[in-house]
Amino acid sequence: MSNVLELKNVRKSFGDELVLNDLSLVVPEHTATVLIGASGSGKSTLLRCVNLLETIDDGQIFLDGKEITDPLINVDDIRRKLGMVFQSFNLFPHKTVLENITLAPIKVQGKSAEEARIAAKALLSRFDLADKADQYPDRLSGGQQQRVAIIRSLAVNPRLLLLDEITSALDPVLVNEVLSIVRDLKGDGMTMVLATHEMGFATQVADEVCFLESGNILERGSAQAVLHNPTNPKTQEFLKRVHQAGRL
Amino acid sequence: MTERNNSAWSPSSRELERQGSRRAINRKQVIIAAVSSLLVLGTLALVLVTSPGWQSVKSTFFDIEYGKEVLPTVIKGLWINLQLTFMGGAAIGVIALGLALLRTTKSPTLTPFRFLATAYVDIFRGAPLILIILLVGFGVPALGLKGISSNVIFLGTVAVVLTYSAYVAEVIRSGILSIHPSQRAAARSLGLSSGQTMRYVVLPQAIRRVVPPLLNDFVSLLKDTGLVSILGVTDAVRAAQINAAVPLITRHMLWQQFYFYSSLFQ
Repeated sequence: MSNVLELKNVRKSFGDELVLNDLSLVVPEHTATVLIGASGSGKSTLLRCVNLLETIDDGQIFLDGKEITDPLINVDDIRRKLGMVFQSFNLFPHKTVLENITLAPIKVQGKSAEEARIAAKALLSRFDLADKADQYPDRLSGGQQQRVAIIRSLAVNPRLLLLDEITSALDPVLVNEVLSIVRDLKGDGMTMVLATHEMGFATQVADEVCFLESGNILERGSAQAVLHNPTNPKTQEFLKRVHQAGRL
Repeated sequence: MTERNNSAWSPSSRELERQGSRRAINRKQVIIAAVSSLLVLGTLALVLVTSPGWQSVKSTFFDIEYGKEVLPTVIKGLWINLQLTFMGGAAIGVIALGLALLRTTKSPTLTPFRFLATAYVDIFRGAPLILIILLVGFGVPALGLKGISSNVIFLGTVAVVLTYSAYVAEVIRSGILSIHPSQRAAARSLGLSSGQTMRYVVLPQAIRRVVPPLLNDFVSLLKDTGLVSILGVTDAVRAAQINAAVPLITRHMLWQQFYFYSSLFQ
């Protein structure tokens, strides 16, 4: 089993604030890595660095063994291999659901409009959204919008999917419909890195759970180990607070 | 699902009562609006008509006979006006979009052009339209360059286009900047290049957002193309050869403008 993603001693700061501190992480093919931790612990920044939306200050990031933090690399080529889904969906409001999904396949991968449309419709039917194809995003519920955003990122057949707190803006019923897609993708063998606050869900899909605190991974291991028998006192403290909030 | 059907509903007596009261309130408001409008507008009209100079103002500006007489000429002028507006508008759209894109680009190759675009906008936005019209309309033919049209209508329109492009560029730029960075991040994370992101994601949303201010500019363009007529109907080349034909005020305004810029850039 090869490693899809590897981070070596990654460091990133915004001004004086150190957000990622000497962080290393390996994500093998077909596995799901779940990042947990309080807001501001560096989860989103980690994902944005992998997607080259942020430039790291030090260290290296490898995708399929190739260093993507080389400044001479074509960032568009790298991003084509990565799918990213955001907390705030970020669908294009001026395009229909179908146009949102087919934009990248047509413009980036050079597929014909017909081919892209057929593929997009197949994905939409698979996730029970076929009847929404010609709607504009603002006519959809939050859960539907986020499912479309996931489908949009899938349409370019990414090597790795980055999911940044994709359920944080949704109510509990909608959370479930979004997470069931992620479970399906996990079943397909998609390699994923997720930042999430849904601990129950993390238990279901995670091959590895990493607890981030102040830009570093303090504890990592199976979901069972990290979420139910944490050894690090800070992880214990964090999970206790999550538990008190009724989220575990 | 329960059936949602409104046909079986008939309003209760309380609801009928409420509808009656609303109608009564409406009637009262219409009467108040009518009376107050009559009062205010009537007073204004009275002040105007009873003013001591009204008769001479009326015969100078509002002579109906004269209005009938010039109607054909005005319609002919209006036709030219419309043509200039639409042709000029198209040119303004293209130039302004180019300027706005240059001003928002981060590409290092385009850095000098970004500075030029900024300077262009600052200069043309700061100058009165009438000055640019006089300068282009009389100045360009006076240069005596070969191959440049000396048609006053053409030159006047060029002047209008130069000035309006600066204004419209800023409107479009404000639209571009108003699009949330997350839209760009989403597009880039799908693998779209920065050019594709601008073309397919940012610009379509930006333009939609600035349609109302663009309509403002379009309406004032329609009015300002009329200013081209100050260049007169004489051939501008000949007019320029006769020094006196260049209004003294142009030279005066030019220096005024120069001092204005110097004070701005200090």
